[in-house]
Amino acid sequence: MKKKYDIEVDCANCANKMEEAAKKTNGVKDAIVNFMALKMEVEFEEGADHKSIMKEVLANCKKVEDDCEIYI
Amino acid sequence: MNRKQKKALRNIIAAIIMLVIIKISERFIAYEELINNGFPTGRVILFILYMIPYLTVGYDILKKALKGIRNRQVFDENFLMAVATLGAIAVALIYNGDYTEAVAVMLFYQIGELFQSIAVGKSRKNISDLMDIRPDYANIEKDGTLIQTDPDEVSIGSIIVVRPGEKIPIDGVVIEGCSSLNTAALTGESVPLDVSETDNVISGCVNISGVLKIQTTKEFGESTASKVLDLVENAASRKSKSENFISKFAKYYTPVVCYSALALAILPPLILMISGRDANFGQWIYRALTFLVISCPCALVISIPLSFFAGLGGASEAGILIKGSNYLEALASTGYVVFDKTGTLTKGVFEVCDIHPENDISKDELIEYAAMAEMDSNHPISISLKKAYGKDIDRSRVSDIEEISGHGISALVDKKKVLAGNIKLMRKYGLNVPEDLKETGTVVYVAVEDRYAGYIIISDVVKEGAKEAISLLHSDGVTGTVMLTGDADRVAKNVATELGIKEVYSELLPADKVTKVEEILSKKNAAQKVAFVGDGINDAPVLSRADIGIAMGALGSDAAIEAADIVLMDDDPKKISKAIRIARKCMRIVYENTIFAIGVKVLCLILGAIGIANMWVAIFADVGVMVIAVINAIRALFVKKL
Repeated sequence: MKKKYDIEVDCANCANKMEEAAKKTNGVKDAIVNFMALKMEVEFEEGADHKSIMKEVLANCKKVEDDCEIYI
Repeated sequence: MNRKQKKALRNIIAAIIMLVIIKISERFIAYEELINNGFPTGRVILFILYMIPYLTVGYDILKKALKGIRNRQVFDENFLMAVATLGAIAVALIYNGDYTEAVAVMLFYQIGELFQSIAVGKSRKNISDLMDIRPDYANIEKDGTLIQTDPDEVSIGSIIVVRPGEKIPIDGVVIEGCSSLNTAALTGESVPLDVSETDNVISGCVNISGVLKIQTTKEFGESTASKVLDLVENAASRKSKSENFISKFAKYYTPVVCYSALALAILPPLILMISGRDANFGQWIYRALTFLVISCPCALVISIPLSFFAGLGGASEAGILIKGSNYLEALASTGYVVFDKTGTLTKGVFEVCDIHPENDISKDELIEYAAMAEMDSNHPISISLKKAYGKDIDRSRVSDIEEISGHGISALVDKKKVLAGNIKLMRKYGLNVPEDLKETGTVVYVAVEDRYAGYIIISDVVKEGAKEAISLLHSDGVTGTVMLTGDADRVAKNVATELGIKEVYSELLPADKVTKVEEILSKKNAAQKVAFVGDGINDAPVLSRADIGIAMGALGSDAAIEAADIVLMDDDPKKISKAIRIARKCMRIVYENTIFAIGVKVLCLILGAIGIANMWVAIFADVGVMVIAVINAIRALFVKKL
């Protein structure tokens, strides 16, 4: 399952860092951050609960880039 | 400017004012001489005074650095800046030095950050103008009043009303009204498109003049506007080699720099101490801090992704959608451009090009007979004959239409027997007709009352601008232009000569096209890339096999948008050369920035290590270089004159 989220982040490199962090989160199969459109597309593992996973994704992103936001 | 930027600007201005006031006060008050009972009160006051602007401008950097350490993401720019400035303050405190440098480093760093953030905002705005094609509602007429509906809920075949100034929300066919459409957001083309009844219209265009009633042919999600938006939003999925290089580089570079700085601060004074000389810790720590500031990789990690970001943005403004920065990179080193003929270099529409009447018949009569005889057929050739005739056909004049499969048509027009068809039809009726014609294309022979009346040539027409497009590619230094087609050899050679294409392969099946592209892929040298340009019909496998698949005139063709790496919104072949130029400009900027930033930094690092460069040089090497690199990166956005 894929879902798209609006995000807020200041620099292109920070967006890359967020992408890395989101990819490493458990339950996330793949993640793409588009700095241009300020969107994050997350592909979840089969049968995963996307709401709780996204909370973790946000927490992981905050760790690498404090100044970011994902509108879940 | 957004809220965050305004806040940063306020902090910067406040810090500058405070710094100036402190500097002026130093002229009048000799802080150094304020000593109470041996305690240096003046110096403490001075320290506190300087800390006010420092914290005003730098508290969020310190906070971020602290959070980074807590989250074990130690080595980032914030950490570098925090260590460098706090270190400089400590040195000044111990050795009774000046705090100005520490405050200045933080101040300039923040100015650079603000600058970068504004630059990003500006280029994002350019791109979001394109995103403006998203329609918010669709008008559905119910009992004489218009109801605004969510376009997602409009089913195929519904009738929607688009008033002047509104966006067409869903692809469809005009069933009532005529108007001009502004397609600039989709194609970059500024000339409005005139539409009237039975014309197909695509979503994302803005209706300029008249009210249109449109019957939808697609769902909202399958409509052009949604497809294009999806494409733009997913463009970041594939990163270029340069971007990957930079993120890897930063990952190793920052720790290396930090440890080198540490070594610079400790080792030389230790050696000096052991060898019995003055260790001079303060000076070496100062040098190490300078080294830290210089080496901050911001200019690179910010400007390289920004260049690609701007390049993609500039391209989409010109109606060229690129699916990822890796394709931008590949496009810059295009060596071979392989074209599909029909629909790419030619219009893919048959048109009457030549009418040769014989035996006392006029051109108009000849086309009239042919069009009347073919009136019931929907074959592309019949359609082009009727189009060339241009008038409404009086059906009462025609009777006894008989289609002779594989040959043509026989019919009675004004009670005269008319034959229209290929050479086989003529032979069948024992008519002698010229066979070796110099023109290329499909020939329709016409006979009236069993007497040969002449022939009509119908062929695919070369697009305007196709020839120019090929010569532009050659002057851009593309090694080879190749044309692949399923058409007859003679037709193919003719088109190729007319356009100036070097290599032609004709009479190919769709699978043969893949083989040909593979042949070209194997013979070119490694640095060159092969681009295939097609119209997305039947060539999806070739589009994906080539290094760069370019689909043109893709509006309305979903298959092309999905299979291609680059989508040209309109079907102007000159856009290919423009796309290559945009890509080259972007890559040139990336190289310039990389070399410039690394060059200046290495130079300053050497100067810093041997003690020639002071903190001010370091500030230039960091923030100055970053600002210059960001300005340079923004240039990638301007592609109008390419």
